[in-house]
Amino acid sequence: MIPALFDYVRADSADHAIALLTEHGDDAKLLAGGHSLLPLMKLRLATPSVLVDVGRLTDLSYIREDGDQLAIGALTRHHDLEHSDLLGAQAGLLRHAAGQVGDPQVRHRGTIGGSIAHGDPASDLPAVLLALRATLVAQGPSGTREIAVDDFFTGFLETALQPDELLTEIRVPKAPDARWSFQKFNRRAQDWAIVGVACVRNGTTGIGLVNVGSTPLRASAAENAITGGASVADAANVADEGTDPPSDLNASPEYRRHLMKVLVRRALEEAGG
Amino acid sequence: MKVSIAVNGEATEHDVEPRLLLVQYLRDVVGLTGTNIGCDTSSCGACTVHIDGESVKSCTVLAVQADGASVTTIEGLAAKDGELHPMQAAFQANHGLQCGFCTPGMVMAAVSLIQEGRVTDERSVREGLEGNLCRCTGYHNIVQSVLAAAKAGS
Repeated sequence: MIPALFDYVRADSADHAIALLTEHGDDAKLLAGGHSLLPLMKLRLATPSVLVDVGRLTDLSYIREDGDQLAIGALTRHHDLEHSDLLGAQAGLLRHAAGQVGDPQVRHRGTIGGSIAHGDPASDLPAVLLALRATLVAQGPSGTREIAVDDFFTGFLETALQPDELLTEIRVPKAPDARWSFQKFNRRAQDWAIVGVACVRNGTTGIGLVNVGSTPLRASAAENAITGGASVADAANVADEGTDPPSDLNASPEYRRHLMKVLVRRALEEAGG
Repeated sequence: MKVSIAVNGEATEHDVEPRLLLVQYLRDVVGLTGTNIGCDTSSCGACTVHIDGESVKSCTVLAVQADGASVTTIEGLAAKDGELHPMQAAFQANHGLQCGFCTPGMVMAAVSLIQEGRVTDERSVREGLEGNLCRCTGYHNIVQSVLAAAKAGS
C-alpha cells in the first residue's frame, strides 16, 4: 500500500518544526517514528499534504529528573522507556507499559510523544499518563504551555494541541514507592488492548482506561469510590461509569463493560488493594 | 528527494518520492528481494530489517526516514564467502522454517533480540518474536533455532 502524495520537510529544530507548521497549517502533520501516522496514510485514512519530520530532533529524546518530576522528551522511543532504570525507579508503571506497546520492532521506532499526540483511545500510554496525572508541554510560535493530561484528549484522535504546536515534553510525578498495575487484555500478543487498565496507588489512586470510549478515559467513579473508602470490589463495580465502549470484531460494548470491572479489580488488587 | 542509505555495507544513493517505503526501496530500487512484504500493516514482521542495528518493520518506515542510516537485510547477514550467519545456521540445523516466507523477518528480528541481550529462555524468545507471524504456525522450531543460536553465542 502506498500513501497519497505529500511533500516532505525535515525539521532541524523544534523552532523550525513550529515555523513549518505555522506555514502549512492544517495541511501538515508531524512525523516522528511514524508508527501511528504511516499506517493511516497507507490506508488513505490520513492524507496530509506536508509531512514535517521531527524524527531527527534527538535533543527531544531524554528522561531526566527535574525536581519532584520526571521530564521525558517527546521523541523518546518506547524502547528507551522500557529500558530506563530511572523510569523504573520513579515511574515503574510507565516503564512497564512502554514495554507492552506493539512489539520490539514497533518499540524501536515509536515515540511517547507520537503516541500521545495521536490521541488514540486504544493506545496504552495515554491511559498510563491519565493514571499518573501527567502534564504535557507544548511549544508553539508564542512559547510553551503546560496542559494537564485530563484536558489533553478532546475527541477521537483529537487533542488540545493546536495545528502550530509541537508536543515537546511529558512530565510525570516521581513516585518511587508507588504501587501500580497494568492490565492489558488482548487475544494475540501484539494486538491493541480489547480493554486495558493502568492503575497507580501512591496515597491517591489513579486509574486510566484503554479502548473504552472515543478518547482515553479516567475511571473517575472507581477512583472516587476507593478514595471514599469503598472496597476494591465495590470500586471496580463502578469502573465503567462514564465510558462508552466501542463495538468491534473483538468485543461488544457489554463485554467491554464487564472486562473493565474485572480488570480494574485485578489492577487495584495488584496495586495494593 | 535524494537519499543515501548504506545497505549491507554498500552505499546506495537514489532520488525517490517521499512516499516510497523503505521495503520498496530495498526490493524495487536496490533490487534486494530477500525482504518480504507480508501484511503491509506492520503486523506480521516479514519485512523486518535492521536500521543502525535495530530491528524495524520496513513497511512502516519511509525511505527518506532512513536517509543517512545503515540498513542490514537478510542478504547482508552471511559472510562474503557464503558462510551463514550463526542465526541462519541455527534455523537450518533446527528446521526453523516451513514455507520460508516469514524466515527473513524472523531471522532479522531474532538477531536484533540477541544483540540486545534479550534472549534468556524460551519465554523471552516467544515474547521477543511477538511481532513476527508464521502462517505455517511453525513456531516451535523457530524458537528452538533462536535458542540454539543464543547458546552458540551468535
